[in-house]
Amino acid sequence: MTGKKEKRIIVLGVLGVDAHVVGNKIMAHALEAEGFKVVNIGIFSSQQDFIRAAIESAADAILVGSLCGHGELECRGFRENCIEAGVDHIHLVIGGNLVVGKQKWEEVEDRFLQMGFNRAYPPGVSPQKVIEDLKRDLEKV
Amino acid sequence: MGTRFEQLEICSPDFFMSLALLIDFGSTFTKILAIDLDSEEILAYAQSGTTVETDIMIGLRKALKLLPPHLQKASYEYKLSSSSAAGGLGMVTIGLIPELSAEAARRAALGAGAKVIKVYSFRLSDRELKELETLSPDILLLAGGTDGGNREVILDNARVLSRSRVHCPILIAGNKAAADETDTILSSSGKNTLVTDNVMPEVNVLNVEPAREMIRKVFIDRIIESKGLKKAEEFVEGILMPTPTAVLRAAQLLSRGVGQEKGLGDLVVVDVGGATTDVHSIGMGNPIQAGVVRKGLPEPLAKRTVEGDLGIRYNATTILKVCGAERILQNAQVPHPDLPQRLASLSSCVEFLPESVEDRDLDFALASCAARAAMERHAGTIEVLWGPQGQYYVQYGKDLTSIDHLIGTGGIFIHHSAAGSVLQKTLFSPEEPFSLRPKKPTIYTDARYCLFAAGLLAERLPEKAFRIAKKYLRKWN
Repeated sequence: MTGKKEKRIIVLGVLGVDAHVVGNKIMAHALEAEGFKVVNIGIFSSQQDFIRAAIESAADAILVGSLCGHGELECRGFRENCIEAGVDHIHLVIGGNLVVGKQKWEEVEDRFLQMGFNRAYPPGVSPQKVIEDLKRDLEKV
Repeated sequence: MGTRFEQLEICSPDFFMSLALLIDFGSTFTKILAIDLDSEEILAYAQSGTTVETDIMIGLRKALKLLPPHLQKASYEYKLSSSSAAGGLGMVTIGLIPELSAEAARRAALGAGAKVIKVYSFRLSDRELKELETLSPDILLLAGGTDGGNREVILDNARVLSRSRVHCPILIAGNKAAADETDTILSSSGKNTLVTDNVMPEVNVLNVEPAREMIRKVFIDRIIESKGLKKAEEFVEGILMPTPTAVLRAAQLLSRGVGQEKGLGDLVVVDVGGATTDVHSIGMGNPIQAGVVRKGLPEPLAKRTVEGDLGIRYNATTILKVCGAERILQNAQVPHPDLPQRLASLSSCVEFLPESVEDRDLDFALASCAARAAMERHAGTIEVLWGPQGQYYVQYGKDLTSIDHLIGTGGIFIHHSAAGSVLQKTLFSPEEPFSLRPKKPTIYTDARYCLFAAGLLAERLPEKAFRIAKKYLRKWN
């Protein structure tokens, strides 16, 4: 985004009509403990909610929680909406119960990367893994 | 010029009284209220046409001459005033994202008693700049970016403004990390600037009080003079605030109480005027039902909305467009076969005071429509969403359904015999269950038009102001 900052800024939320909040709170806490500034927009968030918050806060990354199994549908156009809004290259991460039913994770991950996400994580991923990857990815920006 | 004198009580001129004179330089009428501070009673009310185009003191002197002689000659411990004359306080606000910092800036301006002429978002375009230069606001509020967030847009806007013909004071209320540089860019090009706290320091966190206070300060220090109101300070201690601020202050006072005086609790005030209909709600408006999720930018505890298309004189014809003839006539008791012509006539004769049964009935119908539409726009809404786990309710704005007190102020509520019924029209309807309007409040009217006076008096004697405001509320149910 804009070079060296005091803290990297992350927009975090739960996408869609979804009230799962516990994972969101755990991830927020873990990110703050590791020195990130967290803009937590909470549950029932739309793509536009994420993008607006990212613009206003000059965020470095958007972390999308999707736990209802409908992530593929709800994430369609996310990267394109970021481009339209002028945050073309923002680091986009998604994790949670992204699909319904048992599917090979590598195929699911690939579909989200094709959509424009930089990282995708399966259910049960540890916050530490997400944060390690995030730190490494943002160092390259 | 319309005049009306109303004498409420005659006191013996030999009796020493501690008195206050509260004045409102309204857009159409200059209104004065004389109050006995010892007995906490209103002694007299008078009004005359506002004369800001010539000399503000002309209208004030005419109104004063309508007071009983002993009150004309009396010595007043306090002479305080508010003003919405000369167009009131007109502001333009600029933010970044329309739903976030631009909306926060708009709310700050409204809560400061301003009329928000225009809201801009993102970087100002050339076309928008040309438009802004013609709008000539009294104050420009420049926001954008959370603290430590986006700085490029507010700085770019500052550069654009620094090269513009905008001459009004510019209040910088955006990203604090960019505030100094924004101020330098503007002030080094000769612009008058002030800096205050960010109206949205974090995403979805509203912080409008510092900006509101600064706007009020600018209003007192600079705007009053530029509008030809300074002359009034020969007579009054000072024009302390825009009129809507006085009403909002009174609403806050009644709701929250002060000192030993316990407030009424959450409440709503509907102010039906000739130029606008304003709604003020005091309360958090949190969801009443379990499981409802609240989304959107939070709303201030003291929230004001201004409907510039719902004044019952200036916008009589607009009310026809907004609400429709059928709805207006449903609220009337007598036929109005020439409704469009009557409304056009009211729009062009804004000082008209009702004389006949038909006049009063039409005012009632217009006020009912205006109040209802204004309440609907002010109140929050609830949306039903379906997700994989079932049905959810999402609330936007304030839930006013459990509000216990609803107060009407404005000329219609003083003079009309069925004034309380106007407020009945604003209530929750099962046919529109998603509009979170009040369900079963106790209804009052500001029968002596003293809410603005209480808001002013609260600056000096808050507990007396509270008691006076409460005393003169007329209860309707």
